[in-house]
Amino acid sequence: MHRTGELYGQFKTLEQQKETATLGMWIFLVTEVMFFGGIMLAYALNRHVYYPAFAAGSNTLSLKLGGFNTVVLLASSFTMAMAVWSSQVGKKTLISIFLLLTISLGFVFFGVKYVEYSQKFHHHLVPGKKFDIFYCVNNPAGCPDVDADELMEESKLLDEAKAADPDLNSHAQLYYSAYFGMTGLHALHMVIGAGLLFWLLKGSLAGKFTPQWNTPVDIVGLYWHFVDIVWIYLFPLLYLIDRHK
Amino acid sequence: MSAIAATPAKTLPEHHYLNATYGIRSWLLTVDHKRIALLYLVSVTFFFFIGGFFAMMIRLHLLTPSGYLLSADTYNRMFTMHGVAMIFFFLIPSIPAVLGNFFIPLMIGAKDLAFPKINLLSWYIYVVGGAFTLYSMVSGGLDTGWTFYTPLSTVYSNSAVAPAVVGIFITGFSSILTGLNFLVTIHTMRAPGMTWFRLPMFVWAHYATSIVMILGTPVIAITLALAGMERLFGLGFFNPAMGGDPILFQHLFWFYSHPAVYIMILPAMGVISELIPTFARKQLFGYHFVAAASLAIAVIGFLVWTHHMFLTGQSTYAALAFSFLTFLVAIPSAVKVFNWTATLYGGSISFDTPMLYAFGFLGLFLIGGLTGLFLGCLGTDIHIHDTYFVVAHFHYIMVGGAIMGYLGGLHFWWPKMTGRMYPEWLARIAALILFVGFNLTFFPQFLLGYLGMPRRYHVYPPEFQVYNVMSTAGASILAIGYLMPMIYLTWAAFFGKVAGDNPWPATGLEWKTQSPPLTENFEVTPVVTWEPYDFHNRPDLGLDAVAVNEVLPAHGHD
Amino acid sequence: MQPTTYLVIILTLLFLTGTTVWAAFVNLGRFNIVVALAIATLKATLVVLFFMHAKYSPKRTKLIILAGIFWLALLLGMTLSDYITRVDYRGVRFPISQVTQQLPAQRG
Repeated sequence: MHRTGELYGQFKTLEQQKETATLGMWIFLVTEVMFFGGIMLAYALNRHVYYPAFAAGSNTLSLKLGGFNTVVLLASSFTMAMAVWSSQVGKKTLISIFLLLTISLGFVFFGVKYVEYSQKFHHHLVPGKKFDIFYCVNNPAGCPDVDADELMEESKLLDEAKAADPDLNSHAQLYYSAYFGMTGLHALHMVIGAGLLFWLLKGSLAGKFTPQWNTPVDIVGLYWHFVDIVWIYLFPLLYLIDRHK
Repeated sequence: MSAIAATPAKTLPEHHYLNATYGIRSWLLTVDHKRIALLYLVSVTFFFFIGGFFAMMIRLHLLTPSGYLLSADTYNRMFTMHGVAMIFFFLIPSIPAVLGNFFIPLMIGAKDLAFPKINLLSWYIYVVGGAFTLYSMVSGGLDTGWTFYTPLSTVYSNSAVAPAVVGIFITGFSSILTGLNFLVTIHTMRAPGMTWFRLPMFVWAHYATSIVMILGTPVIAITLALAGMERLFGLGFFNPAMGGDPILFQHLFWFYSHPAVYIMILPAMGVISELIPTFARKQLFGYHFVAAASLAIAVIGFLVWTHHMFLTGQSTYAALAFSFLTFLVAIPSAVKVFNWTATLYGGSISFDTPMLYAFGFLGLFLIGGLTGLFLGCLGTDIHIHDTYFVVAHFHYIMVGGAIMGYLGGLHFWWPKMTGRMYPEWLARIAALILFVGFNLTFFPQFLLGYLGMPRRYHVYPPEFQVYNVMSTAGASILAIGYLMPMIYLTWAAFFGKVAGDNPWPATGLEWKTQSPPLTENFEVTPVVTWEPYDFHNRPDLGLDAVAVNEVLPAHGHD
Repeated sequence: MQPTTYLVIILTLLFLTGTTVWAAFVNLGRFNIVVALAIATLKATLVVLFFMHAKYSPKRTKLIILAGIFWLALLLGMTLSDYITRVDYRGVRFPISQVTQQLPAQRG
């Protein structure tokens, strides 16, 4: 990165430079909307056609963990917005504090995701040869983290779903394709975002951001908020299918 | 040289972008949009050779009806890799990445694009994507067709699908970043006085193209990502065995790949919009309509993709709607053709090489476009879908249209890019050879398709052999038509006659700089006070009403 | 944009999150998804308008956002329009949706 507030050669004013960078980030976010849109289409069609399988899949997700992650990510959006505000009013220490908070919340999100993903691996819920949505119900010993009540409920749900869809196991893989595809892509974007935040933190600790020049904070903020918006949609779409019983 | 053109320079200017810095690092780490354009020129030409090699294999094999040269499996790989190389690695980048990169900043009076480092990154991304795809080609190739239909590509194919999918996925980001760069540059970096309606049509065309790149390419990215994950990790959206839907893949694939053809043709139309006014010495007729037509093509182009899927068992009502929209998208293209023709009327036409390519474009794009209507019409499409009629149709547009535009643009701007002029008579002969070769190659294919020869088959009924032999003969002539410019343009870059600032002369802002331009393009930011394509009122270029009415001798060369 | 505004927005977002979870436990049949998407869209709108300052951005930015949403709608709407309007040889509408039966709660 160039020295603080330095005008790059192709620009005439700092204002033009900032306007250009912001416009560039918004256009990039539109490309991201279309990118996620493709997998949303695959999700929409398959959910409609294979509703019982999607309902069964959704009910194996932990609402507590998903809800917690949603709160974490929303809070990180708040701290990011506060970091941008701090840079606009010139409170340099606050920028670093809020960036650090945002990064920490991001890592909490990763931690929860890790717990969720490893749970799926152990419960044979990853699409592929070993996929078996009935695994926990048929082998309670293999799923020690699921207690007996939950297993009873799950068994009832699965029986009902199987009655509606004899090919449940095959179609449930489509739900998990959507789950891993969508949350995986989202997590990848969050990793990139975390990287950008570390880069920003380095700059803010060196005192580079001033009210005259805070463009990097601004545009990384836009990116981070977008990643939050994707999760705002993913949460109900993946975690809240057919929860009413 | 006539008194009208600028006084010819006997030598190149002392300082320019080519000799500003030396060494391989100064090229590989450049952020100068002009050098990056040349980097792209080399890489897209490389992939053009690769695609051309596969084309040669196809045409050689099809000399006899019974498949003497290649096995069925190998033949599948030939046409697949011809398509992949030509579409993703040649046609889509060609004009935007070479001519667009070079000239958009010059045309709007800027020192560089908005994001020069991202411009360089775009090239590296292209190269990395190309490397993955090359790896796929040398490790046995791909046999699924460039369209990657599932579940062949994701489950059953035994060919190198994964590296190719990764390669094209990566190259897509090169396209996205280029489009982003152009959009932002055109919005924020125009010189004072360069209002939207004073922009050259080339810039409008690239603005429209960039909109398509931004909105369409991400969709193929996710589609290929999902297909790749299906092949590698067993995700199941497109696999019927798991309840997935191959038609979903086709919808997602064609949502991008149809607008992609507009990415390929809109820049060529932009070039033609520069060539025709210049070589007819007349203002572009209907400037506002041509600009609006570019945007209309970009937008309506997103609404027609299902016409590639008429025979897949889709909804009749949807098919009707998409067929209607397909007819609609032809209208802005027709508007442009009418405007170009009207520009010619009453103009003072000269037949320099770029103009020969422009004429070639007009005729061949017209044929290609009109035959698209047969394909867009539901009833006739049932008979000609997946036949050589389709192949001929898109080659008329892609080669007869886009490549003619690319070559015309290269010739037109070669003196600005290199400071030296290409050999005119040799170039005219090459253009003619290319035109004859092209028509001999592809016109018989319309007849073949109409008569029922399917595409992508390695054998055909013996009664089709005559047309196939004609087509292969034409392809050999076409190859000569391509090789000649590659050779003489390269020669001319080093040894051609020094061209001067404005050999044609043309009215764009890029022609007010030296040839080749300085690294920073303009010593002083220009202030634009003139309208575009005004051949009657540009005393600064030696163009005024009196001069234009004189009989003009051949300009720019002897 | 003041920190107090951000505070109000984040509290609203948290409240809406709670609402969407609560709504998921109410049997609205096929309207569950509609309600869930509506709340999600409301949350997203708040983030875009306030956290991303779209409300205070130039018109061009707003146009870009709308274009993005419109194109997403094109992708989803026009593709699904093919599936929704299919009629098979038996006269069954939207045949692909008949693959599995509905869950009892869905029929409600």
